[in-house]
Amino acid sequence: MSITNQDVEHVAKLARLELTAEETATFTEQLSAILKYAEKLGELDTTGVEPTTHVLPITNVMREDEVRESTGNEQAMKNAPDEEEGQFRVPAVLE
Amino acid sequence: MSETSKYETVVGLEVHVELHTKSKIFCGCSTSFGAPPNSHTCPICLGHPGVLPVLNKQAVEYAMKAAMALNCEIASDSKFDRKNYFYPDSPKAYQISQYDKPIGEHGWIDIEVNGQTKRIGITRLHLEEDAGKLTHVDGGYASLVDLNRVGTPLVEIVSEPDIRTPEEAKAYLEKLKAIMQYCDVSDVKMEEGSLRCDANISIRPYGQEKFGTRAELKNMNSFRGVQRGLEYEQWRQAEVLDSGGEVVQETRRWDEAQAKTISMRGKEEAHDYRYFPDPDLVRLTIGEDWKERVRATIPELPDARKARYQADYGLSSYDAEGITASMKLADFFEESLNYTKDAKAVANWIMGELLGYLNSNNLDLADVKITGQGLGEMIGLLEKGVISGKIAKTVFKSMLESGKLPQKIVEEQGLVQISDEGAIMEIVDKVIAANPQSVEDYKAGKEKAIGFLVGQVMKESRGKANPGLANKLLVERLNG
Repeated sequence: MSITNQDVEHVAKLARLELTAEETATFTEQLSAILKYAEKLGELDTTGVEPTTHVLPITNVMREDEVRESTGNEQAMKNAPDEEEGQFRVPAVLE
Repeated sequence: MSETSKYETVVGLEVHVELHTKSKIFCGCSTSFGAPPNSHTCPICLGHPGVLPVLNKQAVEYAMKAAMALNCEIASDSKFDRKNYFYPDSPKAYQISQYDKPIGEHGWIDIEVNGQTKRIGITRLHLEEDAGKLTHVDGGYASLVDLNRVGTPLVEIVSEPDIRTPEEAKAYLEKLKAIMQYCDVSDVKMEEGSLRCDANISIRPYGQEKFGTRAELKNMNSFRGVQRGLEYEQWRQAEVLDSGGEVVQETRRWDEAQAKTISMRGKEEAHDYRYFPDPDLVRLTIGEDWKERVRATIPELPDARKARYQADYGLSSYDAEGITASMKLADFFEESLNYTKDAKAVANWIMGELLGYLNSNNLDLADVKITGQGLGEMIGLLEKGVISGKIAKTVFKSMLESGKLPQKIVEEQGLVQISDEGAIMEIVDKVIAANPQSVEDYKAGKEKAIGFLVGQVMKESRGKANPGLANKLLVERLNG
């Protein structure tokens, strides 16, 4: 399976990446090669094998419903490029 | 208005219900409402790199409980996936949700519309995390982000496209809300956002099997809003088809003030979420013993209570439905029955006076002070003739406001019914003397005049005369 320029443009758009035509061509080639490499796995017969979603053979890692102290507003705001009234200020996303 | 009756409406609802755990789904931050912005945050819910989410067991059990109450099959093997999208309310740029292994599937609930019971299928119920809250400022040029709500556990409940009218949609939501409330997994307050609803709606000519093109409706902030939004949208789509146009698949926003739906353009590409399993969370295995432990915590649900009220107390389907729509109201009803045997009278007072008062003042049962004991005892006083029906209404009003027991109100306000014949006869004589015209009318055969005269006796006694006795004594006097 190989991918097209359009696939790369679509994925770039979803990831909010701006690519030049040159970059698009490069990534199309590279991504195709990566997918082709992964396709090797298709040669194995996996009939009856459950899909693996996690490499650790454990399930049900959970915590009790207990409130722990938050790090709070001041810490949160240390990473805010722009701030107003204790909130992150961002450009509006128009719907 | 265009003729909509040649089209059949098809609706499916997506409902989000906030689970009322104490802490968030993947970290220990508090979920309580109304804290200063961004104070209930930590590196995990802020989506900082390198942190690890750990699943809240209570959230899983609430989701299982909710799914069981909606008659879903519970997954034995479940997992979490990342739903990828960019939006400022989601700091990780993905939401942890469930894609192909939801907690529950293939459920149903029964609703009642116009006396007809109808079963609505539930496609799935899955567990996910809530997003943050955006406030738009500067005339819409910027947004402020509060991430306190990020990570509050939610269940998303998706119905089958089995709903055919806006009334059915409203009945479905009311039933869903009641079930969640009975299960005690959520506050289910639409006005506070702990229950939110989106709708998919399409129309098709009657007899056509294929579904029409659907629109997704958002921003309906009340049950009434859902009904009105769907009513508008089915009309709009019929207008489009009738004028030879085609319905476009799109997301539309219900605008309450303008009472119409408005297209939200530019979301065409948004539905490519590239789900994949979350590598930070291991799979969930739900064994039979765990399922049974959770199942044992589900109380008697609204449908079962309704059936019991009809069978044991002879309530009408309508009254039983109305009382069991809220668990608090149903508990109030049962509490009253510890103090009177007359279940039908209790039901009448609840459906009439109580709900009338609550609805017209936009109040909840918790906002008034009347107790089940108060209503039960008041009906007892009425039965014994201590108070008249008219006085009972005064006592009832007083109980709503003060929460005092009826006996006390009657004593304090001197409301005891006059059942002493001599005392009533005095008033009867006074009324007869003061209303010669009505007396003449009555004697001339106008039986209705007696009603007016009884009314005068009641008025003269300030509502305290026993009306049956007043009637009897009046007739005796006039005929005698």
